[in-house]
Amino acid sequence: MTGTEILLILGMAAVTFGVRYLTLAALSRTTLPEPIFRALRYVPPAVLTAIIVPNVLLVEGELAVQASNAPLVASIVAALVAWRSRNLLLTITLGMLALWGWKAMTGN
Amino acid sequence: MTDTPTETPAASPHPTRRAEFWAGARATIPLIIGAIPFGIIFGAVAIAPAGKLSPLATAAMSAFVFAGSSQFIAAGLVAAETGVWVIILTTFVVNLRHALYSATLAPHMKHLSQRWLLPLGFWLTDETFVVAAQRYHQRDGAPFKHWYILGSAVFMYANWQLCTWLGILVGQQIEDLARWGLDFAMIVTFIGMAVPMVKNRPTLLAVLVAGATAVIAYPLPNRLGLMLAAVLGVAAGALAERSWPVRE
Repeated sequence: MTGTEILLILGMAAVTFGVRYLTLAALSRTTLPEPIFRALRYVPPAVLTAIIVPNVLLVEGELAVQASNAPLVASIVAALVAWRSRNLLLTITLGMLALWGWKAMTGN
Repeated sequence: MTDTPTETPAASPHPTRRAEFWAGARATIPLIIGAIPFGIIFGAVAIAPAGKLSPLATAAMSAFVFAGSSQFIAAGLVAAETGVWVIILTTFVVNLRHALYSATLAPHMKHLSQRWLLPLGFWLTDETFVVAAQRYHQRDGAPFKHWYILGSAVFMYANWQLCTWLGILVGQQIEDLARWGLDFAMIVTFIGMAVPMVKNRPTLLAVLVAGATAVIAYPLPNRLGLMLAAVLGVAAGALAERSWPVRE
């Protein structure tokens, strides 16, 4: 491991732990106002969606709403499975099968 | 380890520490399965020939940083010969969303000492956060919910290390692992987590606003669009509650 790599990992570890721990330590000592506390319930669905949507709708930064976008097709399948079954393992399994199946059918 | 309360002769109605730990681990199993390909691909693409990190640095990054998406981005930036300080700054911005996670969990952790806050902070990931938030939202008054989070975190962490090592081994053999589309496993896992959360109209509005903003703001540098999308989505959900009250 080179000196640059050590600096890189120490730096990344410091900022990541800093964000995670300092917020936790600071806010666990204060009482958040009730409206903010209620609003924070929307963090999990909002963050997950913000990670998912660009990942499947964009290909190299461009909108790709088309049949050749296999992750988009597989995501629609996965969302339907998740909605009907509420079963995470089934969603992962059928979502991955849909991805590979669609890739095989469309030949890419 | 016994948790029999001294003040009541009857058995406690709440789960013990050990029961919470294993329940947290169990609740995380599907998320671990979703993270396996992601961890293997990280190990595989970070090192040569795909990447430019040494195997030891790749393993150390998983051990000390433990933040999947920022590790991927960092490995990509290293391969593009980006300066160290730019990569560290990017990591900071990409991981800013964890401040929202910490803010969400902190009100439930007032009773915990530093001995707990330090490891739980270090081990906070997207996956364990969602599992933890769901446990805290169950209003059963159970006293050992932090053990549930610990169970989730320990297994996520161990799995991430194993998968990184496996990826380092595999990456030296197979060059085009990323072409198999295995990186999609994390996205499909997140879909399976997010969809069942949409139980009412304010949440639906929150995810619509977050998703649309994330796409529109995608060109912003350092993945700032993700943070903006999360904040606007949360605000939209909170404002929508005024028109569509949510019963807990």
